[in-house]
Amino acid sequence: MIPLIQTALELGLISSLTVLALFLSYSMLNVCDLSTDGCFTLGACVGAVVAISGHPYLSIIAAMLAGVISGFVTAFLQTKMGVDSLLAGIIMNTALYSVNIGIMGGSSLLNMNKTETVFSKVQSVTDNFGEFEVNKLVIATAAVIAVAAFLYLFLKTRIGLAIRATGNNPEMVRSSSINPVMTTIVGLCVSNSFTALSGCLLAQSQKSVNIDIGSGMVTIALASLLIGQTFIRSRRMGLKIAGTILGAFIFRLVYTVALRFNMPAYMLKLVSSVIVIFAISGPYLKSKYPEFARRLEKRKC
Amino acid sequence: MLNIENISKTFNPGTVNEKQALKGLSLNVEKGDFISIIGANGAGKSTLFNAIAGTFLTDEGRILLDGEDITLTPEHIRAKTIGRLFQDPLKGTAPDMSIEENLSLAAGSGGWLSRISKREKAMLRERVALLNMGLEDRMDSPVGLLSGGQRQALTLMMATINPPKLLLLDEHTAALDPETSAKVMELTEKTARENHLTCLVITHNMHAALTQGNRTLMMDDGNIILDIKGDERNGMTVDDLLLMFRTKSGHVLDNDRMLLTDDAN
Repeated sequence: MIPLIQTALELGLISSLTVLALFLSYSMLNVCDLSTDGCFTLGACVGAVVAISGHPYLSIIAAMLAGVISGFVTAFLQTKMGVDSLLAGIIMNTALYSVNIGIMGGSSLLNMNKTETVFSKVQSVTDNFGEFEVNKLVIATAAVIAVAAFLYLFLKTRIGLAIRATGNNPEMVRSSSINPVMTTIVGLCVSNSFTALSGCLLAQSQKSVNIDIGSGMVTIALASLLIGQTFIRSRRMGLKIAGTILGAFIFRLVYTVALRFNMPAYMLKLVSSVIVIFAISGPYLKSKYPEFARRLEKRKC
Repeated sequence: MLNIENISKTFNPGTVNEKQALKGLSLNVEKGDFISIIGANGAGKSTLFNAIAGTFLTDEGRILLDGEDITLTPEHIRAKTIGRLFQDPLKGTAPDMSIEENLSLAAGSGGWLSRISKREKAMLRERVALLNMGLEDRMDSPVGLLSGGQRQALTLMMATINPPKLLLLDEHTAALDPETSAKVMELTEKTARENHLTCLVITHNMHAALTQGNRTLMMDDGNIILDIKGDERNGMTVDDLLLMFRTKSGHVLDNDRMLLTDDAN
C-alpha cells in the first residue's frame, strides 16, 4: 500500500504544477489555455535534450524558458493577431507537435536511462533513507512548494492583481489604465513556464520522454483543479492554492486505487473527462433542475 | 482643454446595418466646465463618450486634450487622464476582488512587483471612510457583495483617486434608486468641485440638465444641435428647452424616459 501512495504522491505533486498553471490561466485569468498539452510535452522534450547533453540543472531552466516562449506565442495570437483564444491554444498545440519532434532530433522517443537527471543527482544524498526511494518525493515537493509560494506572492503584487482583474472584468482593467494585452501575455508566460516545468520533471522521473507524454494533460489538470475546488471553497488565496495541489493529489490517489482494482490504465483519460464534465455541468444542471421539475409535473397532470 | 474637431464615426460601413453615429461633430470644452448632455436614444451621446475615451478610433477628425492630440492614443493610455463611469454599476469594478484590491489597482502606485503597503492600506481606508457608507470596515470583502449604489460610489472613487483631467459620466446614477441616485450625484459634484475636474455628464433628467453645472448640450442624430450657457441658460425652463429642440431638429423629442422625468427632482 505504501508504494502505491508514494507513486500517487509523486505523480500528484509533479502534475500539480500543471494544475497550478491552469489555476493561474483558467481560474484567475479566465483563459482556457488549450496549448497545455503541447507545452507540457515541450517542457519534457527540452528538459530531456538538455539533460542528455549533460546539464541536469540547466534542463529545468531551459524547459521553463521554453514554456515562457510557448505561452508568449499563444497569448500574442489571441491578443494581437485576432485569433480566438481557444483556437490559439489548439493551433499552438498542433504546431508544438512538430516542434517537439524537431527538438528530439526527429525522433518521437528519447531514453534517459543512463542520463544524469535532477532526480539521480539528489539520489546520492537521499540514499541513506532506507528502502524507500525518496529522491523523487523530495524534488517534486520542493518544486511544488517553490511554485506555490511564488504564485501566492505573485498574485498579491500589482501585476498579479491586474491579472486577476483581467479575468474578472477587463473593462475595469482598461479604465484603470492597465493594458489587458500585457496582463494576458504575462499571465500565460508564467503559467506555461509551470506547465513546462511539470513536463520536464515527469520526463526525468520516468527516465524517458515520448511525444504523447502531454496528451490529455489539460483535461487531467482541469479535473484536478475542479476536484480541489469542491474540497476547499475559500476566498483566501493561500487556501485556494493549497486546494489546487490537494485536488491534483486526490485525483492521482483515486486513479492509483482504481488501477489496483484492475481498472485498465488506458481508462485514465476517459475518467478525467467524465470528472471534468461532471464538475462543469453539475452546477449548470442543478440550476436548470427547478425548470425541469415543473415541466415534468405539468406532463403528469 | 478638450477640443473635438469634426469627428465622424460610422458603424458597420457598407452593410445593411450601417449607422452613422457621429456626423462631423465639433466641441470645445473649457477647463472646469461641468456640462450636461441630453438627447434622444441613439442621438450619439454614448458614442461621443466612447470616441473621447478611445473605445474606438474615429473615422475622421481630431481630438485634443490639453493641446495634445489623442486621436490615435489607445484606450488604456487615455484612461490615465480621462475617468469614466457607466450606467451599469457592474462595469467599473472587479466583483471577485476586494474593495482594497480594486482601489489599489485604480490608484496604481508602486511598481508592478510591489504589494499593497501598510501605508497604502491606511490611505485607502481613510478615503473610503469619506463615502460615509461604512465600507471602511469591509475593505477585504469582495466588491460583488456591495449594493449598486455602493459599487457606483466606489467606481467614482476609483475614477478620481488620481484626479483625471476629464471625467465622463454616462447616466451613472440612472440604474440606482432615487435616494441613492441623489447621494451618488451629490458625491460626484463634491468630488468634481474639490478636484477642479472638468466633467461631461449624460443625463435623461431635463431639469437637472438645466440646473447642474454651467452648460447644457443637446444632441440629435450624431451631432450637437443646442449649446446653451451663461445668461441664456439661467432663465431657461424645460418647456423652453423642448421648444428649442423642436424648432432646431424639426421633430419632437421622442425619449419617453426623458419626458416622463422632466419635472422630477
